[in-house]
Amino acid sequence: MATEIAQVESYLKTFTDFRTGVTAETPRWLSDLRDAGFARFCETGFPTIRDEDWRFTNLSAVVRTPFVLAGESTQPVTADELEKWRIDGIAQMVFVDGRFCPGLSKLGALPNGVTLSSLHQEILQGTERVREHLGRYLNIQRDPFCALNTAFVEDGAYIHVSRGVALEQPIHLLFISTSGGAPVMTHPRNLILLEAESEAAIVEEYVSIGKETPIFSNVVTEFVAGSNSTVSHTMIEREHLQSYNFSTLRIEQARSANVASHSLLLGGALVRNNVHPVLTGEGGECLINGLFVGAGHQVLDNYMLVEHVSPHCASRQFYNGILDERAHGVFHGRIIVHKDAQKTDAKQTNRNLLLADDAQIDTKPQLEIYADDVKCTHGATIGQIDEDALFYLRSRGISEAEARRILLQAFAAECLDRMKAGAARDYCEALIMERLASISSVSAQPNDAIAETRKRNWEEVG
Amino acid sequence: MRALAPEGDLGVAHEVKMNLLEIKNLHARVEGHEILKGIDLTVRAGEVHSIMGPNGSGKSTLAQVLSRRASYEVTEGQVLLDGKDLLAMKPEEAACEGLFMAFQYPVEIPGIGNAYFLRSAINAVRKHRGLDEMDAMDFLPLFREKVKLLEMDEKLMNRSVNEGFSGGEKKRNEILQMAILEPKLAILDETDSGLDIDALRIVANGVNALRDPQRAMIVVTHYQRLLNYIVPDFVHVMVDGRIVRSGGPDLALELEEKGYGWIEDETRQTAAASA
Repeated sequence: MATEIAQVESYLKTFTDFRTGVTAETPRWLSDLRDAGFARFCETGFPTIRDEDWRFTNLSAVVRTPFVLAGESTQPVTADELEKWRIDGIAQMVFVDGRFCPGLSKLGALPNGVTLSSLHQEILQGTERVREHLGRYLNIQRDPFCALNTAFVEDGAYIHVSRGVALEQPIHLLFISTSGGAPVMTHPRNLILLEAESEAAIVEEYVSIGKETPIFSNVVTEFVAGSNSTVSHTMIEREHLQSYNFSTLRIEQARSANVASHSLLLGGALVRNNVHPVLTGEGGECLINGLFVGAGHQVLDNYMLVEHVSPHCASRQFYNGILDERAHGVFHGRIIVHKDAQKTDAKQTNRNLLLADDAQIDTKPQLEIYADDVKCTHGATIGQIDEDALFYLRSRGISEAEARRILLQAFAAECLDRMKAGAARDYCEALIMERLASISSVSAQPNDAIAETRKRNWEEVG
Repeated sequence: MRALAPEGDLGVAHEVKMNLLEIKNLHARVEGHEILKGIDLTVRAGEVHSIMGPNGSGKSTLAQVLSRRASYEVTEGQVLLDGKDLLAMKPEEAACEGLFMAFQYPVEIPGIGNAYFLRSAINAVRKHRGLDEMDAMDFLPLFREKVKLLEMDEKLMNRSVNEGFSGGEKKRNEILQMAILEPKLAILDETDSGLDIDALRIVANGVNALRDPQRAMIVVTHYQRLLNYIVPDFVHVMVDGRIVRSGGPDLALELEEKGYGWIEDETRQTAAASA
């Protein structure tokens, strides 16, 4: 408890410095928003495992580390370094330590009616839409990390797509953390407004360069899908193994909007992935699709909160987890069907592969249904690599390591198959294959005798 | 029908057929129970051997041991595959050295396409033999030809391995794999069980098309029916973990007529006499 109070005090100092540093150019509504965020954070402090929403994930490492706000990066990022993070032919906004870098970004030619800018820039320009939407959807009462992000709102991506405009290619938001010195934190805030009947795909990716020293990326994305829009969001986390990544994707979904959220958690020491769609208009459809792959001591915590507010909406959650060594995964799938959301069709599936005895998964469905004519199903499986399938592949000449890789690929492909074909999916596929190649070779160790005793079938939960 | 190994053929070198498989005094157990109690068997290139026997005689265990399934523990004896120590090989090494096992119960593997699987397998084997890997374009004609041989629906090949296949389709898929991998020694473990007569005929045609002077096969079966289509050079009868009788194809017919009972009785009497 003492540490927690000391910690909040250290954030108070950071916040006070931050507030005085930026006052001159800050509109009143924004300082109010920040103050409200910080006040809320002070009330709660960091969550502990006594909080139901955090019961599987110990945050003490994050709480104890004295993070300072990232300043101007001391490590210049070069265009060459960026090459490996580019998706060919796709508009890319690059952020270094939370700040937009126009010089490194490649926006290309965008159709009329599309604005790609930085939140900081838009705030300076006094863009009315920012004032109208920023913070409107996020509930800072629910999550202290969202409150903290709001306290330090400064920069991130601002995307606006006008009514009826269809983007043929995805937009890639690349957030690079540079580390090596003192532990630093960033609080990127993205505002993505996709108007009625628009089509767009946003890829939000977190990477890091430099020596592996602790970094804390505390991200919030407010994502508004207008009526009848067809839009998707892809979150890719692959920062280094000393990084703490907390992200909240808050989706506001209007009538008949079709939204897909994809998450790939491949890196990070401790990752919390909050996806919170609210289906506010009738006839909306939401796909919440994810894959988390952990090894070493990684902790990958997925918290889904799907709120059905209006009738005739469908939500589909599919999360697959692959955990090796001592990795720990969490899938918390909460579905709330509000009183008026009749004819809701909500489905949730979480499948997990544990590749080692010390790997761990906590999976928890939570359904709260206040309407009386709904269809809600949930299910979770926890299993190991199918030894019979492994033997079958080997009996055809395929080496054990390769056979394991093939079986893991097939498991991961369930997630890829739910993504729309195109450059973004190809990019994700390559990242997944690279990640799996690195872990399946590690877990090729069990000798045949052990493999037999480990043989256990899928265990159905729920 | 193929003649039995010619005796007394005058010293022409190529008539000396290679021993593709030599099993010497093989003992094995599963979960502590001794199932194989001293098997001796030699299979030469070009030969087809059938192993028959009642349920529980150990014939499937023998097939599993040869395929290098880990749950079977070899306690004694030696097995040479084309002169190399088979019991020291991993399953994938045995496959690369030319062993193929058509399983009694082929597994379903969701998420892995049949064609992809087959190409991975053939490339693993080719790599081992120092050959270039085949790309999808090289592979396709070979694949199509073999699919046709087994009278399979090409659409099945876009599906996951064995997933949703009927029993007959699974067995045909095994023989398809064998046709593509071109092993030196193929073991067919009860490939006939559960097949209707049409499927049986197709499977047998596939197998017969692969009969070759350089290749040997072991057909493990409970019933004589399959042997009407795949005519063996030798028939061996296993009872209680041993080969108790060997002969030509006529032995299979005799078993069909009289059942296994008389051989089991005989074995018991012999055992009692020697005790």
